[in-house]
Amino acid sequence: MRFGVLQFPGSCDEVDALEAARRVGDAELLWHGDRDLKGADAIVVPGGFSYGDYLRAGAIARFAPIMESVIDFAKDGGLVLGICNGFQVLCEARLLPGALLGNMNRRFTFRQVGLEVLNSGGSFTHGCALGERLSIPAKHSWGRYYADAETLAAMDRAGQLVLRYAAGENFNGSVHDIAGVSNERGNVFGLMPHPEHAIDELVGGSSDGLKIFESMRLTVEGVHA
Amino acid sequence: MPDRVVLPTIEDALKLGLTRAEYELVCEKQDGPPNQVELAMYSLLWSEHCAYKHSKKLLRTLPTEGKYVVMGPGENAGAVDVGGGLVCAFKVESHNHPSAVEPFQGAATGVGGILRDIFAIGARPIAVLDSLRFGEPLDAPLGSGSGTRSRYLLDGAVSGIGHYGNSIGVPTVGGEVYFEGCYEQNCLVNAMALGLAEREKLVRSAAAGPGNTLVLFGARTGRDGIGGASVLASAELGEADESKRPTVQVGDPFEEKKLLECSLELLERGLIVALQDLGAAGLTSSAAEMASKGEVGIDLDVAMIPLREQGMEPFEVMVSESQERMLCVVEPHNVEAVKALCEKWEVNSSAIGSITETGRMRVFDGEELVGDMPVRALVDDCPLYDLRPEKPTTPIYAPPKATLAKDATPREALLALLRSPNIASRRPLFEQYDAIVQSRTVRRPEQADAAVLALADGSGLAVSIDCNGRRVAADPYTGTVEAVLECAANLACTGAEPLGTTNNLNFGNPEKGHIAWQLSESVRGLGDACRALEAPIVGGNVSLYNEGATQGPIYPTPVVGMVGHLPDVARAGRLGFARAGDAVALVGPFAPSLHASELAKLRGEPLPDGLPEFELDAVLAAQAAVRDAVRTGACASAHDIAEGGLAVALAEGCLAGGVGVQADVDCAPATLMSTLFGEGPGGFVVSGPEQALRSLGEKTTLQLIGTVGGEVLRITLGGERLEVGLADLTRAHAALGELFG
Amino acid sequence: MRARVLIRPKAGILDPQGEAVARALPALGFEGVTNVHVGRLVELDVEDPAQLESMCERLLANPLVEDYEVQLLDGNG
Repeated sequence: MRFGVLQFPGSCDEVDALEAARRVGDAELLWHGDRDLKGADAIVVPGGFSYGDYLRAGAIARFAPIMESVIDFAKDGGLVLGICNGFQVLCEARLLPGALLGNMNRRFTFRQVGLEVLNSGGSFTHGCALGERLSIPAKHSWGRYYADAETLAAMDRAGQLVLRYAAGENFNGSVHDIAGVSNERGNVFGLMPHPEHAIDELVGGSSDGLKIFESMRLTVEGVHA
Repeated sequence: MPDRVVLPTIEDALKLGLTRAEYELVCEKQDGPPNQVELAMYSLLWSEHCAYKHSKKLLRTLPTEGKYVVMGPGENAGAVDVGGGLVCAFKVESHNHPSAVEPFQGAATGVGGILRDIFAIGARPIAVLDSLRFGEPLDAPLGSGSGTRSRYLLDGAVSGIGHYGNSIGVPTVGGEVYFEGCYEQNCLVNAMALGLAEREKLVRSAAAGPGNTLVLFGARTGRDGIGGASVLASAELGEADESKRPTVQVGDPFEEKKLLECSLELLERGLIVALQDLGAAGLTSSAAEMASKGEVGIDLDVAMIPLREQGMEPFEVMVSESQERMLCVVEPHNVEAVKALCEKWEVNSSAIGSITETGRMRVFDGEELVGDMPVRALVDDCPLYDLRPEKPTTPIYAPPKATLAKDATPREALLALLRSPNIASRRPLFEQYDAIVQSRTVRRPEQADAAVLALADGSGLAVSIDCNGRRVAADPYTGTVEAVLECAANLACTGAEPLGTTNNLNFGNPEKGHIAWQLSESVRGLGDACRALEAPIVGGNVSLYNEGATQGPIYPTPVVGMVGHLPDVARAGRLGFARAGDAVALVGPFAPSLHASELAKLRGEPLPDGLPEFELDAVLAAQAAVRDAVRTGACASAHDIAEGGLAVALAEGCLAGGVGVQADVDCAPATLMSTLFGEGPGGFVVSGPEQALRSLGEKTTLQLIGTVGGEVLRITLGGERLEVGLADLTRAHAALGELFG
Repeated sequence: MRARVLIRPKAGILDPQGEAVARALPALGFEGVTNVHVGRLVELDVEDPAQLESMCERLLANPLVEDYEVQLLDGNG
């Protein structure tokens, strides 16, 4: 199992994502200026402040050469995980529906949050049980998920609403407490909290984040379709 | 002598902050009056901020050597050995005056500056801590306008620190903030940073190798921070051009992130000989200091420097404080490779000069020589002044306003203390910081007395930053010793042994006798305490002249930062009570007194003249005992007793653990309040299995005082009972939340 | 040609920055202020103004959540 973790100017959590991916398979960094995905079975678009969050978070990174390859990879059904800034990049690239707006409290906020698994059948969460509660750190200032009512209804019907903040834990004001969504096909998944920071009790307060990486490995290795 | 049309006058020199005598000395060193460029450079390098004129002699008395010290003061940062071939680089610096002008940018660029000091020696920054001081934020009545400025500065500074640290991917793992009237007009923003490097790969800044090339890389140069030096501008710039002379430096963490990765890769590939960051006084100080350390000369050409603004004069280029710039020395055959690497990281680079054997700093503008100075005169020959300390005979500081009645009950006092801005939870602040990026953070804010970071070999680093300025004001010598001990106590509670210390001395005007006295006594205390702890000073910073126009000086505030090591990071201590049934003990030679305590402040009492003495050896023995007990896993929790005394320490244990405690303390009725709320060094609240705690008693004083459990904090003592439910404790402790609407 | 692009949050989407400003103004003594929205300004020199709309759609604005307005300026604006 080979993960490719993208690295843009200004990415911060790519090192942490690399570490998490390495708990589960092989992983290497993919430079934003290259187009070669180097045989990766799954792509991780990491957290951080790519291009300083200039203009809008993720707005410039989405046009990086490596992203052209990632878009093709996704269209062919390849697994793509977007974490925090990565989620923002995927929305800007229209690989995921909706957009991320500024937090309601207008501040960067770092908190360990409880998440509920709304859909445990997909490529990224089949290692979790339906309704399971995950403890994962969130840290962002532009994490308020928004999509219009029609889009949300369609996403709900199609099982694209994958993770939700547990009651009282939605600090950014995301519509319907949405924390993570997938595309219709289910091969692209974005979430604002950081699973790569929850792979270890000692440092992450939980190892729930590993479940997402594990699920990806199982998908790729064909254990789960 | 360079040919410039109009020479600056002695009046210009005085406006730039030089004294008459200093100006005359410059003329002597220059064999005649200095020109515009030269005067600008001397006035900066001979300023208090760069030259430490009033503090250097004192700083020479500090202990700087020790078994773990790898790099001491004098370099961009100090470094200590942490085992496994690694060193930890660290330093603290202040950005007080810029933060008072524009708190967001002042604090942000303060973080940027200290981070550059860390990677300038080849270390990857791994953590930031901040130490802040503002005026009272909650002056009554709310909405009256008082307190507004302090809340504005607090909000701006915290946002700025978060913005910079979060964006660059370095976790902000700890810090402290105090609110006192004396900081109203002079806020303090001190930033500390840590980095990791392989011992063999540490870089020094001494420029070497005449014939080598000087390369400037990073952001373009603009007019940031020029402000005061603008008196030297040519006549064409009129009054209306204020906008062209900004005093505020604006930071760009994205630029610095690229600069950081570029610098580390340049070092990794062995492409550079020396590295220096550009901080206060910009290119002037970094080039001059590199040349001085290397005992070489430098020729540089301002026309080669990439500019952001039109029509900048040579003196402006030399004194600009534009952020996110580094200077390196490169052997000529490596210059192309250096530029190529900078291009990869999308960082500007330009060869701007060369190292010479002349011992002179020569500034060119293309072909024209516009400044020519001996390096030694610029950097080493600045006059140093002796302080003239005079112990004050009358109080310097007005007593605080009383917010608690003298006859308040213990319960009322405890809740008032928990609610008070100096003790209430800092959660609304630290939630604005990413404390976990880089995946090393084992203890986050409010989990333990010090931040703890994991190292690859399973050991850990602990770090704390502390200073109670009010106690230093009451007794500069003892108060400073206490600040150092506080750091070490916080480290001990996580199981860490101190390796080294950094300090930021924040004081008023040293030319005044009573401030000189505060400074001398404080440095004496700093030295004695660091020697006793065997935690030498590896670097630091001095910020003087922190006096309000109408208000007088700040409390003497020698902020101390300390780094320690623990062998097994999985056993790092916590401060919260963990299990119902655990025994609770008061450990150490704790001799509480209400003198200069937080309770005394709430009661509106003036500062006492002096602090009670204590047995240093006994305090050190208690710290060692707690540290060892934490390391063996004997303690479920360990928490140093600080502001608010024993009762607040017990409450904090309950709040962090989410569980109550029942305690019974020996106490005569007359000393009820001092037993509960008195302060002083050497006291710890420790919890764990009773047997395990008893063995602590073999090494230091131990008093079993209670048991963890239930939903209330209950203390019985001196025939009285103090009881507060967890919900009430939590509500009081959350008081700062209303400052961040 | 100098152009100015004004970017605003779409109506109906919560604008906490606008709300914060609307709350802050009365506190400073300015009454009678409502309907405050905070957006972004991009100014640029362009050779072909016809490309501006496409620039807005693809990069300068996020049309999902933002409206934009292009202004062509005379001389130096």
